[in-house]
Amino acid sequence: MEMLVYLIPISLFLGGLGLLAFLWTLKNRQYEDPEGDSQRFLSGDWDDKPKP
Amino acid sequence: MVEHARPAACPACSVSGLAEDVAQADLDKGQILLSLPTIHCAACISAVERGLSGVPGVKSARVNLTLKRASIEAAANVTTEQLIDVLDGLGYEAHELDAGLLSTTASEKAGRDLLLRLAVSGFAMMNVMLLSVSVWSGAVDATRDLFHWISAAITLPTIAFSAQPFFKNAWTALSKGRLNMDVPISLAIGLAVVTSLWETMLSGEHAYFDAALALTFFLLTGRYLDYRTRSIARSAAEELAALEVPRAFKLVDGEPIETPIAELTVGDHILVKPGGRMPVDGEIIEGQSEIDRSLLTGETLPVFAEQGLQVSTGEINLTGPLIIRATAVGKESSLYRMAELVAVAESGRNRYTSLADGAAKLYAPGVHILSALSFVGWYLYSGDMRTALNIAAAVLIITCPCALGLAVPAVTTAASGRLFKKGMLIKDSTALERMAEVDTVVFDKTGTLTSGFPVLQDIGTYGDQDLSVAMALASGSSHPLAKSLVEASKQSGLTPASVEDLREVPGYGTEGLLNGQRVRLGRAVWVGAKALPTTATYLQIGDAAPVAFRFVDALRPGAAETVASLKAAGKEVILLSGDTAPAVEALATQLGIDQWAAEALPEDKVNRVQNLSSNGKHVLMVGDGLNDTAALAAAHVSISPATALDAARVAADIVLLGNDLEPIAEAVETAKSATRRIRENFQIATVYNVIAVPIAIIGLATPLVAALAMSASSITVSLNALRLR
Repeated sequence: MEMLVYLIPISLFLGGLGLLAFLWTLKNRQYEDPEGDSQRFLSGDWDDKPKP
Repeated sequence: MVEHARPAACPACSVSGLAEDVAQADLDKGQILLSLPTIHCAACISAVERGLSGVPGVKSARVNLTLKRASIEAAANVTTEQLIDVLDGLGYEAHELDAGLLSTTASEKAGRDLLLRLAVSGFAMMNVMLLSVSVWSGAVDATRDLFHWISAAITLPTIAFSAQPFFKNAWTALSKGRLNMDVPISLAIGLAVVTSLWETMLSGEHAYFDAALALTFFLLTGRYLDYRTRSIARSAAEELAALEVPRAFKLVDGEPIETPIAELTVGDHILVKPGGRMPVDGEIIEGQSEIDRSLLTGETLPVFAEQGLQVSTGEINLTGPLIIRATAVGKESSLYRMAELVAVAESGRNRYTSLADGAAKLYAPGVHILSALSFVGWYLYSGDMRTALNIAAAVLIITCPCALGLAVPAVTTAASGRLFKKGMLIKDSTALERMAEVDTVVFDKTGTLTSGFPVLQDIGTYGDQDLSVAMALASGSSHPLAKSLVEASKQSGLTPASVEDLREVPGYGTEGLLNGQRVRLGRAVWVGAKALPTTATYLQIGDAAPVAFRFVDALRPGAAETVASLKAAGKEVILLSGDTAPAVEALATQLGIDQWAAEALPEDKVNRVQNLSSNGKHVLMVGDGLNDTAALAAAHVSISPATALDAARVAADIVLLGNDLEPIAEAVETAKSATRRIRENFQIATVYNVIAVPIAIIGLATPLVAALAMSASSITVSLNALRLR
C-alpha cells in the first residue's frame, strides 16, 4: 500500500498534464473551425515547408 | 428598407455605388470579412486562400469553413470589390460583411468559458472515479478515508468552479420566486457534496463525490451542445443582417451625404440611386424611374414613378435616380405600421411550451417532493439525521435530469446541424418541435415560390433581328427585364446589333439609332404599343409595329418538388399572394395547388392564417415580403428565404439560406423524427427512474449503484439522440 504515496500523485500529475494541454488548445483557438480543420489536413499546401 | 451594398434581394442593386463606400469604411478597421456561402471542401479552402493571398497588398487570408467566412488583413489600398472579383473569377460567390455588426466576441467568450468548465470537471471526474473504483473494489478503513479525503480535495474546488453556471441560474430563478431546471441540479450537486463531506469526516462508506462530478460533467456537456447550436444560428443571423447597410443619401445643399437612416427627419430630401431601396416613406420630387413593389405587395409588375408619386419604405428604385422628400420616418412610416401588425399577430399566437419545459415543470417539483419525503420518512423511521440526509441525496442524484439536460440538446444539435448542412437556419429553439406538428402549409408567391426574377418567355417566337436589337438596347440598362433579356439572348448565341447613341430614359426605357433609324425598348406607352396584362417590355424599330417581349416570373428551384412532396405527405397546401388573379392562378395550376387567393392584403393573409389556426390547424407559413411579415408571425411556425426583407427574416423561425426550396419538405420530416427522439428519451428516462428511484428510497442505493445508473442513463439517451443522423 505504500505504493499509493507515489501512484496517487503520479496519476493526478498525468491527468493535470492532459488538462493543461487542453487549456493550451483552448487558448490557441483550436475549436473555432472544427469543420475547416478536418478538411485542411487533406490539402497538400505547405506539406514541404511550414506556412510563413 | 435600406440601400444596401450587395444584396441578393434585387437584381439591380449591384450598380449601387454604395459597395465601394462600405468597403472604404471597413478598411479603416484593417480587416475585411467576406461571406462565402458556397465553400465546402479542402480544395475550396486552399483555392480561396491562395487566390486572396495572391492579391497585392493582402497580408493574410484565413478561411473559416464552419462559419463559411474568410477574414482578410490587407493594406489600405485593397478594396473589398477587388477581392470579391478575384473570388468571382475563381468561381466562388462572395458577399461583403459589415464587420461592425458581427460582434461575436462576447458569445465566443461564453463558449470558451463553458468548455473550460467542462474540461476541469472532466479532469476531476476521471481522477475521482479512479479513487472511487478502489473504494468500491474493497478499500477499507484508513485507505478508504484517505481516498475520500483526496476526492474531497479535488471535488470541492472543481464544483465551486465548474458548477457555477447552474448555481447562478438557480439563484436567479429562486430570487424571482420561480423554479427552473437548475434548482434541482444545484440542490443535487450541493447536497451530494455536503453529505459526502459529512460521511468522510465520520469515516463513513457512502461518499458521492464522483456522482456530483459526473452530474456536473454530463450537464455541462448538454449546456455546451445547446450553446453551440444557438451560436451557429446567431452568427448566421448576424451575418444576414450584416449584409444590409442601413444608410441613406441625404441631400444637404444639393450634395448627397451618407447618413444613418435613424437620423433622417420629415422634410429631408433623399437621393435614392437605381437599385436602392426607399429608406423612408416619401413623395418623389425629382426624377423618373420605375419602382419594384413586389416585396411589399407581391405585385410583379414594376410601377412607373415620377414626380408626385408616394413611395413607401422598402420599395426598390429600378432605373433612374430619384429624389424623394421624406413624409414619414421612424414610427410613422409604413414599415413601422407593419411592425405593429406583426406585434398584434405575435401576441395572438399561443405561447408554445417546449417539450423540455413541459417536462421540467413536472420534474422540478416532483424530485424535490420525492427527496423531501424520503428524508422525512427515513428520519421518522430511523431517527438518524445522517442516514436520512444520505438517502435524500441519493434520491436527488439518481433522478439526475440527464434526459432533459443532455438528451434534448443532443437531439436538437443533431437535427439543426443536419438542417444547417441542407441550408436551413433554425432561429428559434422550439421551432423544430412546432415544425413537427404542421399540417397546413401556406406559401406566398412572388419571391417565395417564384424567384422574383423575370425570365423571357418563348424565346423561339421572336425574330433574331428583333432580339439582337433589343439585346443591344438592353445591355446598357440595369433594369431587371433588360438584364434578363440580355441573358436570354446571350444563351441563344446572339450578338448585339450595332446600335449607336444609346440613351436611357429613366422610367421609360432605352433608345438609340440603328442605321439611322430610331429604336426604342421600354414601356408600352413610350413605344406606342398596347400594354399586355403580363410583365413585358416593348421594342419598336423605326415606325414598324412594336414587338412585345413577354416575361414570366421563374419558379424557384425545388418549388414544384416541395409542393408535390408536401402534398404527398398529406399536408394541405395554400397559396396566398398580393399579385393579380391571372398570375396567381397560372402558378397555382402549374404547381397543382387547389386553394389559392390573389390580391391579398397583409391583413387578409393574417386573417386567413389565424382562421386556419382557430380551426385547429397548425400552419407553416413560407413568405418573404413585408406583406407576409404579420402572417409569418401569426403562423404556428414560419420560414422565410434569405433574400427576404430583414423584417420578414426577423419574424420567421427558420431562414432558408440557399436558393432552393426543397429542404422545406425534408425539414418537416427531420423535425418529426427529432421530436420522436426527444419523446423516446423522456420515455427511457421515465423507465429508468421508475426502476432506480424505489431502490434509492428504500436505501439500497450505494454510490456504485448511483454512478452506474447515472452513466447508463446518460449514455443511453445520448446514443439514442445520435440515431437521428
